[in-house]
Amino acid sequence: MIDAKRRILLKGSLAAGAVGVAVGAGLLAPRAVLAAWPEAAFTATDIKAGLKALIGVEAGEAGGDITIKAPDIAENGAVVPVTVESTATGVKTVVIVAEGNQTPLIASFNLGEDAVPSVSTRIKMAKTANIQALVQTADKTYTASKEVKVTIGGCGG
Amino acid sequence: MAGNIKIRAKAEGGETNVKALMTHPMETGLRKDKKTGEIVPAHFITEVTCKWKDKVVLTALWSGGVSQNPYLAYKFKGGQPGDPVELTWIDNKGGTETATDKIA
Repeated sequence: MIDAKRRILLKGSLAAGAVGVAVGAGLLAPRAVLAAWPEAAFTATDIKAGLKALIGVEAGEAGGDITIKAPDIAENGAVVPVTVESTATGVKTVVIVAEGNQTPLIASFNLGEDAVPSVSTRIKMAKTANIQALVQTADKTYTASKEVKVTIGGCGG
Repeated sequence: MAGNIKIRAKAEGGETNVKALMTHPMETGLRKDKKTGEIVPAHFITEVTCKWKDKVVLTALWSGGVSQNPYLAYKFKGGQPGDPVELTWIDNKGGTETATDKIA
């Protein structure tokens, strides 16, 4: 029984988005898929509350060999490139926080066992503020931050 | 296959570097349409899953705070030219896209 569904899922996933097929095949209700998204963390306006909801701790400690690459001055707050790297061993999670945003928690990255702790993306910054990056290992959470000056705020409205 | 994800994977020095560019409005749900004055509803990628062969190397959870047309670069140890890498995103409306590349 489970094999038949598995075959449909695997076969379908070659042709189209796996999740879409799974939903179509009745294997996954959209709500079940989206339930994994940490809404409380990403809608939190308080950084500590958001981090607690996302990674179980309110703050990190200094350390973790974290490097944050981001421009000193961002001309366009809607698109601020950020790279977070860490040479610490056993990093499982990387979190990016834009401290000046209404909802400061921007993104988290869960690293598989082969992943190198290095992620780059582009984020929205409402105004000049610190970008905070946290890395979490099995037993520690570290943090670092870098100020980015924003000349035109990036959240619209 | 999705025309709205560009993904390139390259093996360098024992690691594979992957860069991806996704097409997506990434609306936060906080922005007002300037003409109508109405709030533009939230529509953003919530989750990205990155695979190498059949292994998940990275999953990302995103808010609307990630920029429009998101860029994502990541690395993993290993990877041979010709290995498949795959990226899938899902958004808050249940939309989804997948793209693959072979490591160069």
